[in-house]
Amino acid sequence: MTMPRQRMLVSGGSKPSLPNHVRIQFDPLRQAYAVLAPEKIFWPNEISLDILRRCDGSSTVETIVADLASDYDAPEEDVEGDVTTFLQEWSDKLLVRL
Amino acid sequence: MSASLPPIGMLAEITHRCPLQCPYCSNPVELLKANRELDTRTWLDLFDQAADLGVLQVHLSGGEPTLRRDLEQLIAGLAARGVYTNLITAGVGIADGRIEAFAEVGLDHLQLSFQGARAETTDRIGNHGGSHEKKLETARRARAAGLPLTINAPIHRHNIEEVPEFIELALSLGAERLEIANVQYAGWALTNRDALMPDREAVDRQGEIVEAARERLTGIMNIDFVTPDYFATYPKPCMGGWARDAFMVAPDGAVLPCHAAQTIPSLAFERFGARTLAGIWNDSPAFNAFRGTDWMQEPCRSCERREIDWGGCRCQAMAIAGDAAATDPACVKSPIHARMAALIDEARHAAEGAPADVPFVHRRIGTVVDM
Ligand code: SF4
Ligand code: SF4
Repeated sequence: MTMPRQRMLVSGGSKPSLPNHVRIQFDPLRQAYAVLAPEKIFWPNEISLDILRRCDGSSTVETIVADLASDYDAPEEDVEGDVTTFLQEWSDKLLVRL
Repeated sequence: MSASLPPIGMLAEITHRCPLQCPYCSNPVELLKANRELDTRTWLDLFDQAADLGVLQVHLSGGEPTLRRDLEQLIAGLAARGVYTNLITAGVGIADGRIEAFAEVGLDHLQLSFQGARAETTDRIGNHGGSHEKKLETARRARAAGLPLTINAPIHRHNIEEVPEFIELALSLGAERLEIANVQYAGWALTNRDALMPDREAVDRQGEIVEAARERLTGIMNIDFVTPDYFATYPKPCMGGWARDAFMVAPDGAVLPCHAAQTIPSLAFERFGARTLAGIWNDSPAFNAFRGTDWMQEPCRSCERREIDWGGCRCQAMAIAGDAAATDPACVKSPIHARMAALIDEARHAAEGAPADVPFVHRRIGTVVDM
């Protein structure tokens, strides 16, 4: 496995995935999904979770946006902005690979 | 008394044995020998109970955890419960094939310490010739086995100038994460405080270097910066707050709110086995002693940061203020905050008066230390 030794920027064609040090897991005790990473645990809200679940390494950001827009019945432009911001932030923290 | 929440993280110090002898080691000065360590079955039972209690992340540490021949079994036990497992190793003397085996049974992440960014520094600080080379090999094997890697750099007077080289080293090894962790003065590090304390100028320079590197390496490598307490304005939320969401277990099964908790003489700690983990976490007087904010005195009691840093480190309050319930002296509001600056100066004078190498007390099992 090679590391991205360069900062990646989100584009419509990026195919985001979760790197192997990041895991999403349901915690039955707290009845919530946890994102487990080295030294950190995140508790994503529903929308973040919906984005992360679609980061399967084969769907493009465009597909993910279209999908979410129809699920949430929201205009694609709005969803696109939110998804791009979210993925860029998570990629910058090395929690999502683009 | 504050009610307990389920714990999220656990640090399991499965052994105190270690091939290195770092003078900054956070282990207690009285180290436990192998015959005091919990056996495989007891650790596995403890891990099960930890998962039931809500623990999501376990750090397997030591000493050197890979000295336990049953480490593969322990990792497998944690993985079976879906616990995120991090191995904290010095990366020296790990037999061929074992790192691959750890990955195979479900290890999630490996954290490897480097005592220096240069071979001579690493070998001198750990008092172990050839250790740097072995660590490089461990890093390569971990990457080849597909394990994500954190490089841990414990920083003090004798390697603070190597911070830029640590950053390059971590990048060259393909680490996703680098921890620049200024030594916390507990355990062996407290014994060696005068020899380890960096100068103020070096600390300021370090801060600028790390800030710049963080910016430059956004999206490339995460840098976690554990700043040095003695130079701070506010303390750190030690362990995220006493008995709030994490705890540790010593090799003999003593369950502790933090590393240095045993330096607080008024507290008695319970051992796993004599009692269940849930029993200890929820009801043990030692865990309840500083849980939440009810135990606080002024200035913490009425401070707006009391649920940010939880009054800082209890063991540092004990060591420097002589009262475990005092405000952490690292805090600017502590009535004895000036003592921190005095200790920095004392260390500087000791360092200037000493030969180029202030002698360390190297960590050893069975060493007698005059405090
Ligand atoms: S700090 Fe050094 S001596 Fe202590 S456990 Fe780690 S490698 Fe061993
Ligand atoms: S007074 Fe206490 S609570 Fe307030 S900042 Fe200092 S240590 Fe934290």
